[in-house]
Amino acid sequence: MEVTIIADVADGSLHPVTAQLVGAASSIGGVPTILCPGGVGASEASSITGVSKVVSVEGACFGAYDVGAWAEALEPLANGELILSSASPSGRELVASIGAMKGIPVMQDVTEVSEGISITRPIYSGKAIEQATVSPPCAISIRANSFDDPGSEGDAEISTVSQSGDIRISVKEALAKASERLDVSEANIVISGGRGMGDPANFEHLYEISEIVGAAVGASRAAVDTWEEISHSMQVGQTGKTVVPSLYIAVGISGAIQHLAGMRTSKYIVAINKDPDAPIFGVADYGIVATWEEALPVLKSELSNLVSN
Amino acid sequence: MTIAVLVKHVPDTTSKISVSNGRVDEASVSKWTISPYDEYALEAALQLKDSGVGSLVAITCGPTRSAKCLTEAAAVGADELIHIIVEEPLDSTQVQALLSAAVSRSEADWVLCGKQAADTNSGSTGPGVARIIGAACVGIVSEVCTEGDDLVATRSTPSGFERVSVQPPCVITFDKGSTELRRPNVRGIMMAKKKEVIVLTPDDLGVSIGSPSVSIDSHSPPPEKPPGQKFEGANSVPTVVGKLRDEANVI
Ligand SMILES: Cc1cc2nc3c(=O)[nH]c(=O)nc-3n(C[C@H](O)[C@H](O)[C@H](O)COP(=O)(O)OP(=O)(O)OC[C@H]3O[C@@H](n4cnc5c(N)ncnc54)[C@H](O)[C@@H]3O)c2cc1C
Ligand SMILES: Nc1ncnc2c1ncn2[C@@H]1O[C@H](COP(=O)(O)O)[C@@H](O)[C@H]1O
Repeated sequence: MEVTIIADVADGSLHPVTAQLVGAASSIGGVPTILCPGGVGASEASSITGVSKVVSVEGACFGAYDVGAWAEALEPLANGELILSSASPSGRELVASIGAMKGIPVMQDVTEVSEGISITRPIYSGKAIEQATVSPPCAISIRANSFDDPGSEGDAEISTVSQSGDIRISVKEALAKASERLDVSEANIVISGGRGMGDPANFEHLYEISEIVGAAVGASRAAVDTWEEISHSMQVGQTGKTVVPSLYIAVGISGAIQHLAGMRTSKYIVAINKDPDAPIFGVADYGIVATWEEALPVLKSELSNLVSN
Repeated sequence: MTIAVLVKHVPDTTSKISVSNGRVDEASVSKWTISPYDEYALEAALQLKDSGVGSLVAITCGPTRSAKCLTEAAAVGADELIHIIVEEPLDSTQVQALLSAAVSRSEADWVLCGKQAADTNSGSTGPGVARIIGAACVGIVSEVCTEGDDLVATRSTPSGFERVSVQPPCVITFDKGSTELRRPNVRGIMMAKKKEVIVLTPDDLGVSIGSPSVSIDSHSPPPEKPPGQKFEGANSVPTVVGKLRDEANVI
């Protein structure tokens, strides 16, 4: 089956999820062509194992972040029976727009794909799992970390095509740069703090630990709402971000259902909370009943030992 | 000008979702409400209305029970209520066709909706409707205001936060904002009960929705995790770190 993969390049470089999309395509015997919006990451994309072609799609529209314009430019090239993107905000908007332009069904945030095409995806923020069948042609966005990266033994041919799209959004003012720190939705390890951290300054402990293991720092909504210093972009949960890291460490977070909605599908969950009855322990693989004041210094030194050995 | 807000009736986020016979059991949901991000869209629409931009039409598509979310919207100030009534479950393509037709019928210049619904968690509808009605789409917005004929939105992008401007027609999908949501007062609630809901069928809208292109095979509860292990005190941290390395293999 012909598969069109739209590379995730929304932040100006090829996002690692792109290789996972190739993994998803290959798992159902698909032959993927990767479209690289704005030509970003084309040579890197061509080295992903299993890719048959790379199309570097150039055009003025890719200079602006107007996903509708990107969709106009990419749609004529998205000829696969299956169109795949990442389930990032831009990836979702791309498949939704391209799906509507082509009049084909769209499934978002898919975690498993098998021939048929059968898909699995979480609904109700992970409180239920949906199994559905959709016949090609269709468009699907895939949740990061759901498929393996097939490696970089490929050497696909790269062609260049110019396309245009109508930019309708104009930027008036940049307000804040995304932090240089790793984003919670991208990290393989996330350490989050809640209201139990007592003071935003105490998040420094979480930052220190995050640096040791290459983690991103997240927060509960109570932390984000209470303290201006804790950015909205860090919020994990129902009205924040959904994260699926290999390891999620919740510190001073009670584990309200809306918080669980954003992190309960993490592979492993560690909770540090002084209240033995905190609901977070209900989803934790490893629960530590202790105050963060006692637990974090030990965690920090244990992790540094581990990393330096 | 007309501002349309798309509101979906969903189980309250604290409700337990249970599955029976391979389907989410809607009958067992204890509380239904407007989907959380739609509430931010509604609040933004009310602010636009308050600033004199135009009147506000709230649109929902769904079974009979979903009329309730229109009444909730009326209680805080929606002027016109449109209920596209369809009892059976619809897929996203069908919902988009119906909502687009209702938006066109109301001649709305601005369409505000949630970035994703609390049940589907998809985020397809806003961009899809924009495409169908030929509108621009600005996603993940936390605030809006008008400047002349333009709408100015604060949005989040992969590179940060920015203020962007866009001309009508446009669809804006909302994220959680920092603004407090208004609560209805008693008078609002009383008025809303009396407010007429315009009920439309797909036929009334001239839309033939056909059959769903996606077939749902089953719903299931999330996989049970093995029960966790719990340890007392900070002196258990080394044990846990050891397990993360040896049992879980995650560090
Ligand atoms: C529509 C809606 C959407 C929502 N969306 C989200 C969302 O996206 N994300 C989210 O997180 N929440 C969300 N919430 C809020 C949610 O209901 C909770 O209020 C919130 O998650 C609580 O945050 P918390 O656990 O940090 O704070 P608290 O509930 O106050 O818990 C603090 C915890 O810290 C512990 N603690 C205190 N001191 C210490 C110490 N010294 N050491 C260790 N532990 C300590 C306490 O035992 C307690 O368990 C939403 C709510 C609603 C209604
Ligand atoms: N049936 C519906 N009725 C009204 N609005 C809807 C409906 N479905 C989706 N929407 C709107 O579109 C947004 C995104 O929905 P979804 O694409 O399902 O994640 C929701 O937050 C609503 O604002």
